[in-house]
Amino acid sequence: MPNLLEVRDLKTQFFTSSGTVRAVDGISYDVEEGETVALVGESGCGKSVSALSILRLIPNPPGRIVGGSVRFMGQNLLDLNDEGIRHVRGRQISMVFQEPMTSLNPVLTIGLQLTEMMELHLGLNNEEATRKAAEYLDMVGIADSKRRLKQYPHHLSGGMRQRVMIAMALCCEPRLIIADEPTTALDVTIQAQILEVMKDLSQRLGVALIIITHNLGVVARYADRVNVMYAGKIIERGNARDIYKNPRHPYTLGLLHSVPRMDLPRKEKLDPIDGQPPDLTKLPEGCAFRVRCRYEVEKCGVEVPHLESIGTGHLSACWQKNDLHNAAAGVSS
Amino acid sequence: MYKYILKRILLMIPTIVGAAVIVFFLLRAIPGDVCELRMAGSGLYADPEAIKICQQNLGIDQPLYIQFFDFVWGFMTFDLGESMWTGKSITEEIGLRFELSLQVAIMATLTATVIAIPLGTISAIKQDTWVDYVVRIFSIAGIAMPSFWLGILIILGLLIATQKVTGTPWMPPIEYTPIWVDPFANLSQLVWPAMATGYRYSAVATRMTRSALLEVLREDYVRTARAKGLFEKLIINRHALKNAMLPVTTVIGLEFAFLMGGLVVTEQVFNLNGLGKLFVESVLNSDYTVTQSLVMLVAVVFILTNFVIDILYAWLDPRIRYA
Ligand SMILES: Nc1ncnc2c1ncn2[C@@H]1O[C@H](COP(=O)(O)OP(=O)(O)OP(=O)(O)O)[C@@H](O)[C@H]1O
Ligand SMILES: [Mg+2]
Repeated sequence: MPNLLEVRDLKTQFFTSSGTVRAVDGISYDVEEGETVALVGESGCGKSVSALSILRLIPNPPGRIVGGSVRFMGQNLLDLNDEGIRHVRGRQISMVFQEPMTSLNPVLTIGLQLTEMMELHLGLNNEEATRKAAEYLDMVGIADSKRRLKQYPHHLSGGMRQRVMIAMALCCEPRLIIADEPTTALDVTIQAQILEVMKDLSQRLGVALIIITHNLGVVARYADRVNVMYAGKIIERGNARDIYKNPRHPYTLGLLHSVPRMDLPRKEKLDPIDGQPPDLTKLPEGCAFRVRCRYEVEKCGVEVPHLESIGTGHLSACWQKNDLHNAAAGVSS
Repeated sequence: MYKYILKRILLMIPTIVGAAVIVFFLLRAIPGDVCELRMAGSGLYADPEAIKICQQNLGIDQPLYIQFFDFVWGFMTFDLGESMWTGKSITEEIGLRFELSLQVAIMATLTATVIAIPLGTISAIKQDTWVDYVVRIFSIAGIAMPSFWLGILIILGLLIATQKVTGTPWMPPIEYTPIWVDPFANLSQLVWPAMATGYRYSAVATRMTRSALLEVLREDYVRTARAKGLFEKLIINRHALKNAMLPVTTVIGLEFAFLMGGLVVTEQVFNLNGLGKLFVESVLNSDYTVTQSLVMLVAVVFILTNFVIDILYAWLDPRIRYA
């Protein structure tokens, strides 16, 4: 199957008074038609920036996409003019944001915020758009949708608002939805509901999904393929099984050790990663993870390891990737 | 919504009463007596008997609480009484001047709003480009320049320009004509003070529009609107401006209320017989009844303006409407 989205060597930087923030530092990944891809990493590693870069939503100034390409159905989105990218936004690729409480406009009705997109992108008249808006609200599990359309965001709970955001993301029948930590701001029971709705609808409608998260549980359950990010780079890629059972980057390994697990004895101590993520304005020579790494060798300080294959579809950017085999055995059981 | 409006209306009552109490007793606390001023103002000897009779006539020998209830009762029945200084009916004295001041204030407000909202918007959208710099210089100049000084410049400019063009210098008329009597004469007098005050006013409102819009443009929901693929124009007009208008309404409203009583110097420059001038005169003459009436009038204008602002807020922001 051809790739729906091909991100190649994407670089986005912020030019601030305290230096150049290399938020996304040359990442490449693919999304196939209808597939769910996860982007995982700790806070500040550049997940949101990489997502916003795809739709060119980086605030400029201070930010700018400085290199690479984003091919969507063969077309490089970075080459499009303003009108061109406008036709992609919301219509071909839509986004669900991290903060449901602030991502809807407080002074406009839910109905208007849904219908305006459909009127613009699909050329529907107001009546048709309103009818479809109600359908989509039903679809994402909002009861009493006719009345909800006339309400304002403050009438809705956080979980409801995120459902509205999902309805908005779906309503123009896009090919790809980028969900940037769609459940981080919600409580656990709601999180599961929202993720189920998204997974279910994207499968039913055949929409590809990029899920950004720092929750490895989410990844295991919903993603076909996983990209692990660290300091603006993808440092490991594989299917969910590879990442869980056979991690080949010390950072992935550390992430897995940092999560409490029900299936291990309670006495087993958590083993979090030491230290802080690096300052993206002054990335060190060599591997960015080196200072926090237990498997460091001399080469790590000299040369940046690149993503290289260790099996079918499983890649790691670590000089020690082949020796991590034994270490990994500890986590998988 | 109706409940909200009703609540606001009811809230106006204690505010007005509070204003009345403060005005009345503060004025009495200021030294000076209208009868002494009237009879001995020119430095001559005044007969204490005569002063007493004068005080009796005006009722200022009565206990304060009786005077206060007289004042409140008069105010509630729209009978403001007579001026203690000239003896003329206050309603009449204020009436004409109120008309003039109201017209100048409305014209200045319209000018300011029409200039400020587009300028502030462009300035915010084109932040840090030359357009933004030009607008910012325009508005900083407006804030730095006192209205009366700009007024003097306008009059001088008119004199010089008309002298050059027609050979005879022309000045705005001094006599006030109501707009329904002769719109041309009326406007040729009042357009200039409206411009002079409107400039500063628009400068303040432009800056407010700019900063409010800049703030709103950083909000998450504006990013959402972009991500939805809306036209930039729609994003600004529908998604951003409506949110940014909240603080701008406040600034415009308060400036309007201020213009209704605070145009003392500008009125002098243009030789207008407005509320500001009457204010100064009545205070200097210790003319309690006129000062009281004027202060209450301005207080009511402020309260009504605030009421209108509150209604506009509710109209703009559903979170208030449904609270
Ligand atoms: N507008 C901006 N100006 C300057 N730096 C920015 C800006 N936006 C993001 N950054 C920087 O880019 C880096 C990546 O940020 P990003 O929001 O992508 O992190 P994230 O992985 O999404 O984290 P989180 O899990 O907290 O959402 C951070 O170091 C951040 O400081
Ligand atoms: Mg983020």
